[in-house]
Amino acid sequence: MTTASESRPQPAEQFDDLKQQFHADHMGMWIFLSTELMLFGAVFMGFAINRYLHPDAFAAAAGHLDLTMSSINTAVLFSSGFTMALAEQAVGEQRRRLGLGLLGTTIVLGLVFLAIKGYVYYQEMLEGLMPLPWLQFTYDGPSPDQAELFFNFYYILTGMHAFHMLVGVGAICIVLMLGWRRNNPASWVRQVKIVGMYWAFVDIVWVFVFTATFLLRA
Amino acid sequence: MSAVVPTPPASHYLNPPWGLKSWLLTTDHKRIAWLYVISLSGFFFLGGIAALLIRLELLSPPTDFLTEDFYNKMFSLHGIVMVWFFLIPSIPATMGNFLVPLMVGARDMAFPRLNLLSWYIYTIGGLLLIASVVLGGVDTGWTFYTPFSSQYSNSFVVPAAMGVFVVGFSTILTGLNIVTTTHEMRAPGLTWFRLPMFVWGNYSVSLLMVLATPVLTAVLLLIALERMLDLGIFNPALGGDPILFQHLFWFYSHPAVYMMILPAMGVVSEIIACFTRRPLFAYKSMALSILAIVLFGFLAWGHHMFVSGQSIHAGAVFSLFTFMVAVPSAIKVFNWVMSLKEGYIQFTAPMLYALSFLGLFTIGGLTGVVTATIGLDVHVHDTYFVIAHFHYIMVGASVTAYLGGLHFWWPKMTGRMYPERWAIVAAVALFIGFNLTFFPQFLLGIAGMPRRYASYPEEFQFLNVMSSLGAGVLAIGYLLPLVYLPWSLVRGKRAPSNPWRATGLEWQTTSPPPVHNFKVTPVVTGPAYDYR
Amino acid sequence: MNSQDAARFQDMGILPTQASSGAAQVDLLALAMLIFCALVLLAVFGLVLWFSWRYRAGSSVKRKPLSSERKQTAMEMIWAGGLFIVFMGFFYWGVDVYVQMYQQPDEDLTIEVVGKQWMWKLEHPNGAREIDTLHVPVNRKVRLNINSQDVIHSFYVPAFRIKKDAVPGMTTSIWFEPTEIGTYHLFCAEYCGTNHSHMRGQVIVMSQQDYSDWLTANGHEQTAALDGAQLFRTYGCSGCHIGSSVVDAPVLAGIYGRVVPLADGTTIIADEAYIRDSILHPHKDIVAGYKPVMPSFEGRMSEADLQKIIAYIRSLEPGDWQLERHGGNP
Repeated sequence: MTTASESRPQPAEQFDDLKQQFHADHMGMWIFLSTELMLFGAVFMGFAINRYLHPDAFAAAAGHLDLTMSSINTAVLFSSGFTMALAEQAVGEQRRRLGLGLLGTTIVLGLVFLAIKGYVYYQEMLEGLMPLPWLQFTYDGPSPDQAELFFNFYYILTGMHAFHMLVGVGAICIVLMLGWRRNNPASWVRQVKIVGMYWAFVDIVWVFVFTATFLLRA
Repeated sequence: MSAVVPTPPASHYLNPPWGLKSWLLTTDHKRIAWLYVISLSGFFFLGGIAALLIRLELLSPPTDFLTEDFYNKMFSLHGIVMVWFFLIPSIPATMGNFLVPLMVGARDMAFPRLNLLSWYIYTIGGLLLIASVVLGGVDTGWTFYTPFSSQYSNSFVVPAAMGVFVVGFSTILTGLNIVTTTHEMRAPGLTWFRLPMFVWGNYSVSLLMVLATPVLTAVLLLIALERMLDLGIFNPALGGDPILFQHLFWFYSHPAVYMMILPAMGVVSEIIACFTRRPLFAYKSMALSILAIVLFGFLAWGHHMFVSGQSIHAGAVFSLFTFMVAVPSAIKVFNWVMSLKEGYIQFTAPMLYALSFLGLFTIGGLTGVVTATIGLDVHVHDTYFVIAHFHYIMVGASVTAYLGGLHFWWPKMTGRMYPERWAIVAAVALFIGFNLTFFPQFLLGIAGMPRRYASYPEEFQFLNVMSSLGAGVLAIGYLLPLVYLPWSLVRGKRAPSNPWRATGLEWQTTSPPPVHNFKVTPVVTGPAYDYR
Repeated sequence: MNSQDAARFQDMGILPTQASSGAAQVDLLALAMLIFCALVLLAVFGLVLWFSWRYRAGSSVKRKPLSSERKQTAMEMIWAGGLFIVFMGFFYWGVDVYVQMYQQPDEDLTIEVVGKQWMWKLEHPNGAREIDTLHVPVNRKVRLNINSQDVIHSFYVPAFRIKKDAVPGMTTSIWFEPTEIGTYHLFCAEYCGTNHSHMRGQVIVMSQQDYSDWLTANGHEQTAALDGAQLFRTYGCSGCHIGSSVVDAPVLAGIYGRVVPLADGTTIIADEAYIRDSILHPHKDIVAGYKPVMPSFEGRMSEADLQKIIAYIRSLEPGDWQLERHGGNP
């Protein structure tokens, strides 16, 4: 509005100062993550109950999943979490170029994760494990009905996670753009931190998804 | 009050621009509140029409006025619309939206654009629901019980479930906004225990919204996937468990009942304090009992499943937690009653609504204790007793408080006074009509009439006819405000800044408030309800 | 046998009759609860009205200064503590009644219950089967093992104060001991689709002698109806009478015993002889408003099958076919 606002960073109009805005944004993200936690929690609860009801069938079915590829994927995702944390650090220290580079790396790692996930899905589809209406479910282990239930939970959990990955990659792209165009450097620090929280959450959820579906095997 | 006719403030949030764009792209919490008031009223009357058809069908024992199928679609529509498209957003999204920033002395919500987004999400959810109705409706009841909803229903379950799924995000965003605003945007000096009870009510309901709604989101997603891809999660033939659905659903939907009642409690506390000209009795325990309700509300969901085949132990534990929720609710009733003592009570229309609330909430709460008593619940479970019980809470208490609050803050929201006499007539009609409609349903339930019945044995007819006739009186109570409130926008007397001589920051600014609420950020120096 | 239209239900009025040993216990608890609720309600309404009068804005009664926050909290604790104790009493009592209701006693007979859209199938220990009507002997402990074939239903007999959901893939169980001879309502209490409100039946409590007579004499009839339902489809009757195909055939649900208008302007009572004639000589008495398109089944249907189909048509109640005709589930 005035020339003062160009020289000194201003908060959004509903806030008194930048500090208040930072606290509010931070808190908003925490609350949002708590709803995400409940969302995944509900599906995990369903999974846990079914695993308790059919432990053997679920463990046997988990053995049909590709552990190698998914372990690689886990490593990729953790690396992306690491680069994201570094990006936050760099941006906080006003090292813009480094920050941009690290954000870019995080995006690439996120996309690699999704690509590997897609490849794994494709393999499973060829095997006939996907619950698609035009596909015949084929499974050679014991109690195929319960195994199918396992795979369905697996697709719901990993699918929900993949969707969150997509949203996260999109969000990082947006903050990358904002940093690139340098329109509000003071807000940029805050925005990167907020997106970083989300990305960390997506990482942590994967730990649970990975453990529940891949590691609890026969 | 002085004889001086108040002049409207020179600049306020209702000033032009008035174009469609200025409303549909506004980020002003006060204008967004109006967007909600209008869309919620539309859904309220849609749900009301469904209720009217239900009551007409139940005038006679056989299924003669509607077909069974149509009747089932009507009660499903009634439930879905009233629960998700009216009651849950009712107070938080309208008055909460309007007043929480004013009451904490903020210029707006913490996230104004999310606030507008949440209204758009609500609208999209509403359109999806209407689409499901246009396509042919949904007949699962608002509870979407599996495996009926996931495998057997031939109606449009997926669009309806998606409508509710979408509207859930609107609820979450509203809750997120209110929690953050209450935490981070309070004016200097406004400590937690100086907050008005209305803020406490909306704050706690927002906690419930952000923590419980995602579970509903997950379960509706599962239903939709189950229907489209035949996943088998709720299908016993494939190893799934239909009862799992009930656990997840009620984990959300039991707190959902508190989502409807907690903000209503806040509204009533404000009105009672104002029109007794006295501080609320035991303010602190009022606030703490709200938080206790939030906590125990999360632990009582299993009482919806007392006869569903869960173990005897689970039943006993859930019965215990249900009694535990009743204690803080009883504390609140006691406090409201005691707040009347030593007061200077003015019987304005909002006060009449508040007193109606008190009576209806007490009846609803006591019958809740009946259903918490597990041995008794077996008999009345899924009968009209339960219908009457939750209508006393969700309609008798919540909708009455909604209307009471709308009248109480009408001068602030519009800058005009509502016509007092008509408002009193409406409030009395509401109380009488409500009891005529729903009290007979307690008796029907005790006599054994199950809920969701399009036809019933002849001996239940007398009470059903009474209930249907009472609904006619009740309708007067709802339709009158629909006429005189819009009328008052044009013809009502100009309202001064503080027509009720009430405390609270919202009354310190002009009526209607300026765009950024306060000319200077207020500083709070004393407790809430500092009357005399 | 006298069919359902003659059934006189004993449970009229506000409180259904106490017809089981458990009902009296539930009612005692209900009475205590009613007294408690009435007292609280009187106190709240009484105080609200009294305060409203005494402390109205215009009254000149002297107002005492407000008590301190401490004193207020103390009063409140007394109220809350007192209520809590009462609540715990009701909690204990309620659980006690509940446990007795569901805990398995040494039952005298077990009946298998299967809920299905929209009927109750009941099977007695000797294999006798019936639909929507349950015959039980008085003063005997009866256990129900409840199942469902499709969606969730709920077996509810108000006169016995019992209710238990029928959940697919799971057997639930409840017991009762009827104490009064009579006919009582049986309801489905969990919403189960289009004809949920028609999923009603009756429980007939008989003397023990009558029950054993009934078991030997009438169990067979109902079995025939079940087989008949199958045959009704095998012979293709359902195609026109139930299905919504181009051929418009009369609805048979609830026809038994009714007066039927004929095409020639006369009427006839749909008794067993009429139904038999309509199957074997369909062109003899044409129902008003329908075309004589039905083929004769004379010589194409054995006498045994014919009887079973007639038993099935006799067992039908009005509304039984509604969903199937309006595009329901197979």
